[in-house]
Amino acid sequence: MADTTTSAPKPFNWSSPEAAAVRKRRYAADRRLRLYGLISILTAIGLLGVLIASLVATGHSAFLQTKIAVEFTADPANVPADDPASGNFRAVVSDAVQRLFPGIDNPRELRTAAGILSNGTVNIVRNYVAGNPQVVGSSFTLNVPASDPYDQLYKGVIDRDLPEDRRRVSDAQIALFQSLEERGLVSAPFNWGLFVNADSRFPELAGLAGAIVGSFYALLVTFLISFPVGIAAAIYLEEFAPKNRWTDLIEVNINNLAAVPSIVFGLLGLAVFIQVFGLPRSAPLVGGLVLSLMTLPTMIIVTRAAMKSIPPSIREAALGIGASRHEVILHHVLPLALPGILTGTIIGLAQALGETAPLLLIGMNAFLTTPPGGIMDPATALPTQIFIWADSPERGFVSRTSAAILVLLGFLIFMNAVAIYLRQRFERRW
Amino acid sequence: MTGYLFFTILALSLIAFYVGRTTASRFVAANRAEVHSRPIYHGAFAAVWVGLPALILVLLWLLMQGAVLDRLLLASLPDSLTEGASASQLSLYLSEIKNVASGRIFSEPSPEITAAAERYSNWQMIAQWAMVVVALAVAALALYLARTRMAPRFRARQNFERALDIVMIFSAVVAILVTIGIVVSLTFEAMRFFRLVPPQEFFFGLNWEPQIAIREDQVAGTGAFGAVPVFTGTLLIATIALLVAIPIGLFSAIYLVEFANERVRGIIKPLLEILAGVPTVVYGFFAVLTVAPAIRQAGGLMGIAISPNSALAAGGVMGIMIIPFISSLSDDALRAVPQSMRDGSFAMGATRAETITRVLLPAALPGIVGGVLLAASRAIGETMIVVMAAGLTATLTANPLEGVTTVTVQIVTLLIGDTAFDNPKTLSAFALGLVLFVVTLCLNVLALRIVRRYREKYE
Repeated sequence: MADTTTSAPKPFNWSSPEAAAVRKRRYAADRRLRLYGLISILTAIGLLGVLIASLVATGHSAFLQTKIAVEFTADPANVPADDPASGNFRAVVSDAVQRLFPGIDNPRELRTAAGILSNGTVNIVRNYVAGNPQVVGSSFTLNVPASDPYDQLYKGVIDRDLPEDRRRVSDAQIALFQSLEERGLVSAPFNWGLFVNADSRFPELAGLAGAIVGSFYALLVTFLISFPVGIAAAIYLEEFAPKNRWTDLIEVNINNLAAVPSIVFGLLGLAVFIQVFGLPRSAPLVGGLVLSLMTLPTMIIVTRAAMKSIPPSIREAALGIGASRHEVILHHVLPLALPGILTGTIIGLAQALGETAPLLLIGMNAFLTTPPGGIMDPATALPTQIFIWADSPERGFVSRTSAAILVLLGFLIFMNAVAIYLRQRFERRW
Repeated sequence: MTGYLFFTILALSLIAFYVGRTTASRFVAANRAEVHSRPIYHGAFAAVWVGLPALILVLLWLLMQGAVLDRLLLASLPDSLTEGASASQLSLYLSEIKNVASGRIFSEPSPEITAAAERYSNWQMIAQWAMVVVALAVAALALYLARTRMAPRFRARQNFERALDIVMIFSAVVAILVTIGIVVSLTFEAMRFFRLVPPQEFFFGLNWEPQIAIREDQVAGTGAFGAVPVFTGTLLIATIALLVAIPIGLFSAIYLVEFANERVRGIIKPLLEILAGVPTVVYGFFAVLTVAPAIRQAGGLMGIAISPNSALAAGGVMGIMIIPFISSLSDDALRAVPQSMRDGSFAMGATRAETITRVLLPAALPGIVGGVLLAASRAIGETMIVVMAAGLTATLTANPLEGVTTVTVQIVTLLIGDTAFDNPKTLSAFALGLVLFVVTLCLNVLALRIVRRYREKYE
């Protein structure tokens, strides 16, 4: 070859305009990537904000309940003094409505007026009189929940300025309600009924008590099963199991189980617990069993991680003074790992609390007007109650659903806060 | 009643503990040097011996009692009733008998049923008392046996530890049993389904209409079980979810790992984790209440008709749900790339963006892909969002503005409220469940394998 002289690379002029342009482009790309990252994070957090804001916006009104102070008279003609609970309370209520609106005597208008009071008014009055038999023959004032449309009206969800045919209450109904407002009989106190009432077809009476009790029983079963079994399995796998194909299989299996869709566990519960073993449908026992099978892998993984973080020196010290391997674990490793295990347990239970799909399959979405009395009774749980209410057509249930979600999120935040507190309080660096 | 029995067994076991401990203390007092185990182990040994067998017995009894009683009850029914009756008829008899037995009578039951109901209540009572007696007898016998074995040289600790070993091994095996339970129950029911509907129709049919006539004379569909539209609907929604989640999650992870300082990280990471902790039923409600109307309105402004249950709304909200999975797994993958690779890249004069796109992302790619696969598996298996926000009719379409249905929606709608398990309608839910399980299992195994292999490379 003739020309073999390799010329040295031309010195690069860093201050040339081309170089400056290249630099500018590269820095711009740098800034762009940073911007994309920032935008994504803000999007994600913004979506979280929208989620919570929309729930609070629709749900806050359900924490108040419009109530109307009504004077009832337990006339001995309607309510026998010797057995007050068997009285004709329908008549008591209609008398009270009649006195509430003295100007009305047309029965149709009277029925409309009675519609301002909740459908459960008769029961409320009966329960009150049955509990206080001394009121028979005298008058007493009760704060009765207003029925759903008037509740919405008082809270401003229904716009009074809309044309009459586009809202759910007519002008005449609003006029009746306004006369009550002017007399100062309407109030909106905190809605304790949301927590102490069970479910109802009428939004103004529906509460979460049944769902909270059902969730409690289901979580109790979940805890009683998944906590001991999870810890025992974790100890075995971490400390005693030989490393062979079987334990490898168990390990892969546990990791997989943690990622199996929850609805598959529901199918398992339906096929095995309900069909084969004949356990009752809708029972918190079955719900808890299914949830505990779902929580088990999490429990095992968390416990193993907590035990792994205990330094070997502690085990060796205990072995060195003659403890058996079981003693090392029961007396030293497990107590030291307990904070980590508890943190993981609470987080696992929080997940189980929010789980819905498997509970739907085993029927824990029953409509029940009384809280369950035990783990074998039909029950519903908080998330399934949310699902039922979200499906209800009445407008009042929209705010109830959001309020129920806020209650559920409240429980979840509380559990997670406890977990974080435990972690920080007992965390130890070795 | 059963609850009291559990408490009684617990109390007996505590008593056994005290008996064991005091016995051993007496040994210690008598001849100190010769006692093999500490008194507390004698107590623990006795407690385990008394509590465990009785507990296992009661649990098995409770599990089996219902099925055994049903079998006996059916056998006791007169032949005139059971002759040639189908399985569903028999189960109808059973539930009627149980209703009568528990006093829920709607119409006057036939004399055979009333007699059977009486028998049933009797047997139930007998079974329950038998359980109590047998459990207490087992506990007492165990206490006696344990007591006779105790002696100064008795190796109580080893015996107790052996019992612990058995409990632990059994617990570890439970995980396998659950998997076996899932596989067996799903395959068993799916087999029954495939006996009624040929598999090729299920896997390749284009028409999904699971409504079937319940009575012979009813005017209703005969049922079509071609699951392809259901599968494509699932894929469509999962794809939309991933299209939302992958860019947001990945860019967030890049920002958090490479650009943000510790304080920003400390605030943003937990906020993102909240997104993962929100129950999915809440996302479903959010989709129905806020997102779907917003999308419809936006479509209305642009003059596009959007179905109220559009795949876009369900998929988009599901995307929000899986953002944290992708971001935290990508975060892990990016962090696992050794610092020396970053330093090397910077030393060559690369900018941060160049380091990230040309060095870190390729190096972390397997981990990120693993994370995306896990997220995809979640999107396919997610139930509540789609149950509330996606449609019910299976349409074969790729248009995200139309309503589609998914595997999980179909499982839930097919099984809610139905208690008979002998028609193709309810059984098809199990076939869908089997497909769902197999697909997500494959994705999970693949993802876990990729993630694990990748981690080993740098460690």
